[in-house]
Amino acid sequence: MSTTITIFSPELAARFDKLVTAYPVRRSALVPMLLYAQDEVGCLSDAVIEEIAERVQLSPLEVRNVISYYSLLHLKPHGKFHVQVCTNISCMLRGGNELLAHCSQRLGIGHKETTPDGVFSLEEVECIGACCWAPAVQVNYDFHDNLTPEAMDKILDEYRAKAQSAPKADSNGKGV
Amino acid sequence: MPELVSHPDEVKVISYRFGQGAANLDKYVELGGYESLKKCIAQGPEWVINEMKASGLRGRGGAGFPTGLKWSFVPKQSDRAKYVLVNGDESEPGTCKDHLIFLHDPHAIIEGTIIAGLAIGAKTGFIYLRGEYRYLLQIMEKAIADAYAQGYLGKNIMGTGFDFDVISHTGAGAYEVGEESALMESLEGKRGIPRIKPPFPAVVGIYGGPTVINNAETIAAVPSIFRIGAAEYAKLGSERNGGTRLFGISGHVERPGVYELPMGYNLKKMIYEVAGGIKDGKKLKAVVPGGSSTPVLKADEIDVGMDFDQMGKAGTMLGSAGVVVLDESVCMVEFALRTIKFYQHESCGWCIPCREGTDWLKKTLTRFHAGGGVAKDIDNIKYLAENMLGRTFCPLGDAAAMPTIAFVKKFREEFEDHLNGKPCPYAKAGVGELVGV
Repeated sequence: MSTTITIFSPELAARFDKLVTAYPVRRSALVPMLLYAQDEVGCLSDAVIEEIAERVQLSPLEVRNVISYYSLLHLKPHGKFHVQVCTNISCMLRGGNELLAHCSQRLGIGHKETTPDGVFSLEEVECIGACCWAPAVQVNYDFHDNLTPEAMDKILDEYRAKAQSAPKADSNGKGV
Repeated sequence: MPELVSHPDEVKVISYRFGQGAANLDKYVELGGYESLKKCIAQGPEWVINEMKASGLRGRGGAGFPTGLKWSFVPKQSDRAKYVLVNGDESEPGTCKDHLIFLHDPHAIIEGTIIAGLAIGAKTGFIYLRGEYRYLLQIMEKAIADAYAQGYLGKNIMGTGFDFDVISHTGAGAYEVGEESALMESLEGKRGIPRIKPPFPAVVGIYGGPTVINNAETIAAVPSIFRIGAAEYAKLGSERNGGTRLFGISGHVERPGVYELPMGYNLKKMIYEVAGGIKDGKKLKAVVPGGSSTPVLKADEIDVGMDFDQMGKAGTMLGSAGVVVLDESVCMVEFALRTIKFYQHESCGWCIPCREGTDWLKKTLTRFHAGGGVAKDIDNIKYLAENMLGRTFCPLGDAAAMPTIAFVKKFREEFEDHLNGKPCPYAKAGVGELVGV
């Protein structure tokens, strides 16, 4: 199916056209499509859900049912840089909780909150698969490991500078 | 970027290309890549399965089922298409081995997938990565595109007449999806909840076709087995536990990291020699030996070989070989709470013992750790966990129950200390407000 009216960029729309044909069943493309659409649009808005439902030939309700299951899929926008601090066991043992508290204090926001300027959002997350390089934080899809509060400050400063210098600049996961 | 570590005791069979730029196809081929596939195509499926059996390779995802035997369960004749599904949804806390394989050696996973496909008569393989591993997915996608461009994938692979396609796929955050039947549901675009077994995936898997599902490390080991020979590979490990394993060591050790060591390697030696001992000269308190779902070992229980059988005899499990080391400063109640908080968050909610059990355990442990506990809570926590064991559709319920039971049994005195010292007698100052536990 080729959707004539699309809310996605031509590149992403073309990618989706291809993706639904890659699997024996169209529906298999659903989860990746939701993730990639969210990266481009910022969240899974009603319009995103409707278009994706059409592309995989499901009802919007069926799509919402899938969205609510996966922790990376969200209906409301995050900050431009979504700071995900792992506090699971390996990170906890090496200062993950302290890092989360530090980020919260530094950004002035709590778990699942966004800064008023929309630059940062913060989330405490479950294991991100960086146990041997703990404590680790993921900002959008960038991994940062072996962190200390001081190292975290530098990283946050870099993202803030990025947000200020080029409002539309993306970290590597966006628009992929 | 994850740092690579090394130690003289390592036997680098599947990690020997790490750090050598083998994500690049030319480099992979220069280092012997795709030679095993050629050999396997020449010898045929039956030979491949027999060699896999001879290698003694057991699944690296946690359960340790013999890989060759699993492949042999797939019916030879089938009206439906057969599939290979690679489980790269690495989400067990303490485990980060597949992360390094995807980063440093994606072609080993592609080559292993093709060999598995050849063995069972499949024409398509799916490589499923967890959603958080986006940068690794990009590496994998490039590796697949390069393999197609150079004729290692697609029609008539390397001029042998064998056809095989590989598709990479991303999840979107759900530990439950690591369970094989939930993984299939997720790949089919649904909520990742488990299926009732039987039928087993080898007979009815994705899209209703016979499917082999292997962990990413298992698949990555396959080309190396055919490179060094099944008999040689088997000799590297211990009895009934062929080969080597990527052990991830994290927590309070001087040199955390992923080390490839022979199966059966002594855990004490691994902690004190390979990983450099306990961080900052502190004393060891406990070890979670194979990822968060495996029952904890006390400091005096670690003189044991790390393989499926020896760990079983020691009352725990090898699991995903993610060794988490705890020093004397850790509050075991807090650690138990953090562990159960994960399982409560990740329970898919489909079956009641898991959904309700993890929730009650989290609530009770939260209150208990904060100083609101009463004496009977200790036995209640154990009783709750024991009643989850074996009563759920998939192993997530067991994965939550087993470590909880062990924490209470082995560190009961710390639970009792919480009844006397309110709040937590081991609490670190200034932490805990935001932790959300």
